Amino acid sequence: MLGILRDLLRHNREFATGAALLAVVVAMSALSFFSPYPPDTIYIVPPDLPPSATYWMGTTSRGQDTFWQLTFAIRNTLLFGVSVALLSRIFSLVIGLLSGYLGGAVDRLLMSLNDTFVVIPLFPILVLFYFVMRDSMSWAMLALLMACLGWAYDARLIRSIVMSLRTREFTEHSVFSGMTTRQIVTQEHLPYVMPIVFSTALNNMNWSIGFEVTLSVLGFTNINTPTIGVMIYWANQHTALVAGIWWWILFPVVLVIITFIGFFLLAVSMNEFIDPRSRLSRMKGASA
Amino acid sequence: MSPYVRYLAKRLGQFVLVVFVGITITFFVTHATPIDPVETTLSSAAAFGSTSPEAIAMLRQSLQELYGTGGSLYEQYLTFWGRILRGDFGPSLSAFPTPVATLIARALPWTIGLLVTATLLAWAGGNILGGLAGYYRDNRLLKAVGVISMGLHPIPYYIVAFVLLILFGYVFPILPLSGGYQMNLSAGLNATFILSVLKHSALPALSLILVGVGSWFMGMRALVSNIVTEDYVTYAELAGVDRNRILYAYVMRNAMSTQLTGLAMSLGAIFNGAIITEVVFGYPGIGSLLIDAVHAGDYSLVLGITTVSIIAVAAAVLLIDLLYPLLDPRVRVD
Amino acid sequence: MTTATLQPMAASGDPTAAPTRAAPVVEVQNLKAYYQVSHYGVVREVRAVDDISLRIEPGEIYGLAGESSSGKTTLIKVIAAATRPPLNVVGGTVRFRFGGETVDLYGGAPPDLQALRWKSFSYIMQGSMNVLNPVRRIRHSFVDFAFRHLGQPMPQFMKAVGAHLERLHLRPGVLDAYPHELSGGMRQRVTIALATVCRPEFIIADEPTTALDVVVQKGVLAMIREVQLELGSSLLFVTHDMAVHANLCDRLGIMYAGRLVEEGVTARVFREPRHPYTRHLIASLPRIGDTKPREGLKGVPPSLADPPQGCRFHPRCPLAMPVCSERVPPMMPLAHGQGRVACFAATPEAIGKDAG
Repeated sequence: MLGILRDLLRHNREFATGAALLAVVVAMSALSFFSPYPPDTIYIVPPDLPPSATYWMGTTSRGQDTFWQLTFAIRNTLLFGVSVALLSRIFSLVIGLLSGYLGGAVDRLLMSLNDTFVVIPLFPILVLFYFVMRDSMSWAMLALLMACLGWAYDARLIRSIVMSLRTREFTEHSVFSGMTTRQIVTQEHLPYVMPIVFSTALNNMNWSIGFEVTLSVLGFTNINTPTIGVMIYWANQHTALVAGIWWWILFPVVLVIITFIGFFLLAVSMNEFIDPRSRLSRMKGASA
Repeated sequence: MSPYVRYLAKRLGQFVLVVFVGITITFFVTHATPIDPVETTLSSAAAFGSTSPEAIAMLRQSLQELYGTGGSLYEQYLTFWGRILRGDFGPSLSAFPTPVATLIARALPWTIGLLVTATLLAWAGGNILGGLAGYYRDNRLLKAVGVISMGLHPIPYYIVAFVLLILFGYVFPILPLSGGYQMNLSAGLNATFILSVLKHSALPALSLILVGVGSWFMGMRALVSNIVTEDYVTYAELAGVDRNRILYAYVMRNAMSTQLTGLAMSLGAIFNGAIITEVVFGYPGIGSLLIDAVHAGDYSLVLGITTVSIIAVAAAVLLIDLLYPLLDPRVRVD
Repeated sequence: MTTATLQPMAASGDPTAAPTRAAPVVEVQNLKAYYQVSHYGVVREVRAVDDISLRIEPGEIYGLAGESSSGKTTLIKVIAAATRPPLNVVGGTVRFRFGGETVDLYGGAPPDLQALRWKSFSYIMQGSMNVLNPVRRIRHSFVDFAFRHLGQPMPQFMKAVGAHLERLHLRPGVLDAYPHELSGGMRQRVTIALATVCRPEFIIADEPTTALDVVVQKGVLAMIREVQLELGSSLLFVTHDMAVHANLCDRLGIMYAGRLVEEGVTARVFREPRHPYTRHLIASLPRIGDTKPREGLKGVPPSLADPPQGCRFHPRCPLAMPVCSERVPPMMPLAHGQGRVACFAATPEAIGKDAG
């Protein structure tokens, strides 16, 4: 796996760009551990100061240092995204593998269910959930709910990989050579499935972070924990744009856009690398 | 039973399943709270003042049926379904005593109008550009479009909406930033009104279209790159068939069926993005209605919008599924 | 059935006659075509066609035989002017002669192939696979491929197509069907009809009977033979099935690892194969009454990215000599117009000559 990553980094422009962008994002969130200010206290620095040498990204109307607030915000947002991605992998893998390997009626039933979850618009349901739970909704609960609702798209992808693996020649060879099902799945198939799981996890992170930002901007989450969405929410509450405090909005937005594009580029370049047909079409002929 | 009828039955079954699962999830979400929502809502209703006791009684009854407090869980579930199938969500709290159904009926056409136009334009435009880009790989203009699309596609609709808001609100103030039409105009099929509607929907539509074209472009380009390696395309090229004809009849015709399925699968996500975009621009569709309802604590309205959203998206998907056999004749013989 | 008894039936009569000296329809000289790939820092050159020369005479059926990795598919792609990077023609020429005019595919300026494709030369692919547009009726393939060449208004064109189909014993109703509605054998026959509707002078047939069951195979082969006789076209017929070659082809070329190792009139090749590889191919065919067990050749065909030095067959050859691993054996003519062979053991006089 590491060899693949090294090759991708060296030769695939999209992967390198995505990795660089994400390095910035991860660095920002790592800096949160060195923050001189605690994340949830307000009015600790003079408010509404534009970016300067002392305050690199200015200060907010709530008297916080934008830069350090942002490090916490991106860390929490990333944590949320990672949790949802990990949790929903469990669902996608189980359903995708079951469907792909068992086939037949089980497959049809699971895929019907799967498509149901793909079609149902999640935003109204999430809003309803917030409405009903109000202040007792925690981040963990939200993450769990999103994991329970967001596995469908990826389950279908995993299923199609498994189905194509089942019918490939090397699987038949393994069966004939007497390998047990468990051996076949873990030794022969998993190396093909894992990269897809990884790249769908990256896409899933974009998806869940997108929802987090949306819900938080609308004030539908716990607005006392700093996340990217919550930062923008407070900025709107204090009408930052109208008051001319543009740095309060610009920096979180830019950082989250960098995050989205970073994850996306990684996922896309890994997909292209994995799919042999697209690999073939990307090969450039070297002139003799 | 002909294969086409069998296909229809399957798609209808899927529609019923989606509505069933969606409404059930909604039901369970509303029952997730430990607090009694009926009394909470009623006390805020009384706090609005000037509500007659009969109105309060009607509100209590409909809330009880919707929340289903009282009776076993199963009974609550059935009453819930009963109300929904009748389309009766009771009166809205924030616009008391207007029925929720009326409010939704007023807002839904705006959302549908915006969504259908923007989605179709983005889907058609993105697919055409993507098809060209996938086939004519060396065209520099198309390659540039590709890079832009790659940047636009992962960004959620509302962030693009936000950026457009800033751009057109502060930098180029030429388009209106909120509302569905100019406030002093009355609705009607006259040119002024229609023009006003178009101007006001320009920015929301633009947000949806920009990201949409980016996404469809990328998907189509990848799809076309694969189709180009198929035997029937190679054969047509061996036969010297004109390249444009190959692009249309051999490549695009085969790609469109997949893209149509893709459209059906993404409708849920597009819908989500659309209603959030509405909020950014204050567009009078069900998105804005939903957020206002949450802020006003209007439970019945929130529930009504959720339910209608699920049914609307499921119906749209069914419609698309019914069109699919027109593009792919293999389905007819299944 | 004739295929099992190996009675070669050459269409042109006397099996030992030399090919005519009229201008060949296809002339390939010293053709080299490699796959040149640079991917994630690794540069590879797969020498799929490495210095091949052959001629196909008017009205003759030339068979091309060889295993799956012999490079024969690449060769016909190059001849059909269907190369796409990373496949590049790095040397040699391919010349057609249609209606008295010579067309040089890779020599100078790229010729106007649009006018020639399907009219002067056509291609029969393995039709049982995905060669017809799955979302359109068969009629549209005929229109797309042939309409511009026949120069008739549409109603007359469709009537001509219908007549052509009937001549080949296909119902004209097949034009209204979708490809998936036809069986594999039917699709193959439709493909043959499609490839011959403009009466081309040269047809390439790429494994048209592989993946068909034997009964259908017989019908398809008969159809090919019938149409070739009627049109008088030259046919380059590629298959690994030696029995089909024996049944159909006038002359036979054997390919191994990107090179042509032997060529000659089919009957002679079967009766007296000169190259050790050809001998093995012929010896491994079943014969009625022969109960001797068949021996496989040791080893595997070489990788074309890193082929052996000298003769590419020498690691597996029972007659290998030291010179075989040093120099490439040149293609030498055999006595009495029996064809050509590239083997130091078969033609010892080649050892003295410079390597080709």
